[in-house]
Amino acid sequence: MSRASIVTREIDLARLVEAVRSPSHGAISIFVGTVRDLNDGRSVSAIEYSAYTAMAQEELERIADESEKRFGVSAVVIEHRIGVLDISETSIAIVAAHPHRAPAMDTTRYIIEEIKKRVPIWKMEHYSDGTREWVDPTRVAKQTSPA
Amino acid sequence: MYTVTVQLFASYAELLGSTAVELPLASGATVNDLLRHIRALPGAGRLPSAPRIALNRTFATPDQIIEAGDEIALIPPVAGG
Repeated sequence: MSRASIVTREIDLARLVEAVRSPSHGAISIFVGTVRDLNDGRSVSAIEYSAYTAMAQEELERIADESEKRFGVSAVVIEHRIGVLDISETSIAIVAAHPHRAPAMDTTRYIIEEIKKRVPIWKMEHYSDGTREWVDPTRVAKQTSPA
Repeated sequence: MYTVTVQLFASYAELLGSTAVELPLASGATVNDLLRHIRALPGAGRLPSAPRIALNRTFATPDQIIEAGDEIALIPPVAGG
C-alpha cells in the first residue's frame, strides 16, 4: 500500500496497522483525527475537506521522510480523507512502527503537527444553523490560545 | 513573455471566483512579480499581504524565478487534520 494517501473513502485503521506490523517492531503508535461537533463556540454538523491532492500527497511523503530520518522509524503510513465527513468520522490516521515506543509516539506527534502547518488540505465547516465557513487556523490563532 | 496558469483552491477560489487564472509573465519573473499580477485581479482585495505560492508542488520563496510550464498554485491557510 502507498505510504501517504489522500482518500475519498472511509479510513480502515486495522488495515493501516497491519501495513506496519512486523516481527522487529515492538510498538505501533496511532493518531486518529475525528470530526468534532463544536468549534469556536459554534455547533458543527459536518466538515467538508478538500485538497490540492497532487501536492498534498507529495508533502505527506516529505513529512514521512523527515520523520524517518528524525526518529529512526522505518514504517509509517498516513491517510487523510477528503469530502463531506459527519461528526465523529475519521478524517486522518497516522500509524508509525518502531522497535520501541518513544520514537513511534514522537513520530505520530511530529507528523500531525507538520500536516497542520504545510499540507494543502482545507476544511469548510457546516454549522447546525445551515451556514458554512472556511476554517482559517491563522485567524483563529490570533483570537484564542491553542487547546 | 509567456502565459502561466495559477491553480486556486478553497477560500481563494471563492474570493477570485474561479479555480484557475491565466496570467502573462515576463521572462525571469519571480513569485513576487506573480503576486503583483494576482493582487490586481477582481476579488483579490481580501487576500492576505503575502499568500503562499507553490511551484511544482513545493512551497516557493518570494524571489524564486518562475519558468514556463511550472505548475503554480496559490495556497490558502491550510487546515488539514
